Amino acid sequence: MAAPLLEVRNLKKYFKTGGRYLHAVDGVSFKLEAGKTLGVVGESGCGKSTLGRAILHLHEPTSGEIYFEGKDISKPSKHLLKEMREEMQFIFQDPYASLDPRMSVSEAIMEPLKIQGKLSKSEQILETRRLMETVGLASRFENAYPHELDGGRRQRIGIARALALKPKFIVCDEPVSALDVSIQAQIINLMLDLQEQQGLAYMFVTHDLSVVKYISDDILVMYLGTMVEKAPANELFANPKHPYTQALLSAIPVPDIHAKKNRIIMQGEITSPIDPKPGCRFMARCPYASAECEQPQTLEEIAPDHFVSCCKCKSL
Amino acid sequence: MSENILEIRDLVVEYHTDEAVIHAVNGISLNVKKGETIGLVGETGAGKTTIARSILRILQTPPAKLCSGEIIFKGENLLGLSENDMRKIRGDQIAMIFQDPMTALNPIETVGYQIAEAISLHNKISKADAEKRACDMLEMVGIPMERYGEYPHQFSGGMKQRVVIAMALACNPELLLADEPTTALDVTIQAQVLEMMQALKDKLGTSVVMITHDLGVVAEVCNSVAVVYAGDIVEYGTTEDIFDRTAHPYTEGLFGSLPKLDSNEPRLKPIKGLMPDPSQVPVGCSFCERCPHATEQCAKEKPEAVEVSPGHIVRCFLAKGE
Repeated sequence: MAAPLLEVRNLKKYFKTGGRYLHAVDGVSFKLEAGKTLGVVGESGCGKSTLGRAILHLHEPTSGEIYFEGKDISKPSKHLLKEMREEMQFIFQDPYASLDPRMSVSEAIMEPLKIQGKLSKSEQILETRRLMETVGLASRFENAYPHELDGGRRQRIGIARALALKPKFIVCDEPVSALDVSIQAQIINLMLDLQEQQGLAYMFVTHDLSVVKYISDDILVMYLGTMVEKAPANELFANPKHPYTQALLSAIPVPDIHAKKNRIIMQGEITSPIDPKPGCRFMARCPYASAECEQPQTLEEIAPDHFVSCCKCKSL
Repeated sequence: MSENILEIRDLVVEYHTDEAVIHAVNGISLNVKKGETIGLVGETGAGKTTIARSILRILQTPPAKLCSGEIIFKGENLLGLSENDMRKIRGDQIAMIFQDPMTALNPIETVGYQIAEAISLHNKISKADAEKRACDMLEMVGIPMERYGEYPHQFSGGMKQRVVIAMALACNPELLLADEPTTALDVTIQAQVLEMMQALKDKLGTSVVMITHDLGVVAEVCNSVAVVYAGDIVEYGTTEDIFDRTAHPYTEGLFGSLPKLDSNEPRLKPIKGLMPDPSQVPVGCSFCERCPHATEQCAKEKPEAVEVSPGHIVRCFLAKGE
């Protein structure tokens, strides 16, 4: 069997704060095939953005292994890092903050091509036009500046920049959270079209569970830096096994007044990720917690491709 | 039949800037019954927050200008009141929960003090009594009163929003304006806050104007809904009217844009295009350029509001009255 496009093994990222360690990402592993989408969900502060950034070495991972097309890129040399970033790109959350206000639309999209330096100046201009067309930006915006555009169009620039070097894998960090629903749907459709045409693999980081179900093949649920559950999207929604996933899914407000609601209201709030205890991190809010949860939890495959990290999930 | 606590009639609000006149609210009318929760739904820039701020008269004037219309609260036109009288109503009979709990609190005062301040401003009670009531309010929103003396930065986002809610409810307001109260929060915390607001509303009988862009939140807490688009109410009715008998193409578009949890359509159905520039109000229907059913008439004339069934009002030529 061929190696998956991306494989992450036991990835950890700790931040040092005042002599202690904040465990932002603590032992995450997954595989992602070409042309597929992995959704990463969790609440703010659970480490989902850090995970995406660590894979692209925007944050240097503390430990763990990353393989891209079978190549070990856990500790890349400067040269390898530059090469690798052609294949792996990032779409940022905030289309208002992630663009240089002094660069026009075409300059912003051309920048990666310039840095790569493989195309001549005139080819770069042609390529920029082609990219603008691909993401649905009319050519009249070529010389416009970001402040003249709305959020949806700015996010299209962000997507065009990410696509410029023809990557195979894109980390999308909450790409539609800052947008209105009608614009959000336009951007999601664009991303799905691009995936189909170019065979892109996405890692789609979001807190919006209905979006993630819609766009993902597999979903990884994170809580306080740890992976609590991972399963194919439909399986996860039909059969959530971890108490946290169950509570999270039940909390989604459904735009249907006839929907039945069995809401699990969790008590308390997220505990501190700084030097956490070795046991289950969800314990403090979990209705089923008992003494055995104080032991470190292991990820178990309870059904094909369905992984859960909870010692109680079989008895629930 | 319960009486209306708030009636807005033909409200028009504009923002005057050096370059242009922004038509933020173009003659909207709506009623809030006692004990009811009404949802104002729409996208960024539709004018939802401007409506709420006009009710409290906390718009910055200039640039804002309340051009015409009436806001009648318990039989009295708020727009005719003096600033002094208005100040007595604000925070007492009408309170507002602001969108961003991170910036709505004063960082250099304790949360307890900030709640007690609102209480002593509107009630002639001793400092000790005000503090006691502030403690009760904290307990009511689920914060132990030992945290009275802590500062906002010591609280998480969900806790801060509870403090803001405690502050808004401190004087038992009859009308609560909630501007995206849960948008900045995570879903599990959102569920806690909505649950709590619902319980408090039932207990205190408060009427609520809930501003949100989240139709899921609307389905959960609202009795009636006004869909706002480019400063107009394009559809208005009970929650059942809006969700089950959707009549305006914009409302339809909003529902189509949402990914559904229980279906597997290959693509979403977004509304094409963007909201019109509010400095140039189109002659015809404001939604006409994005509307899949638009006709020539839509571009030329502005549709009148039609009552398609009792209480269900739609501003569209396609809608037929009974």
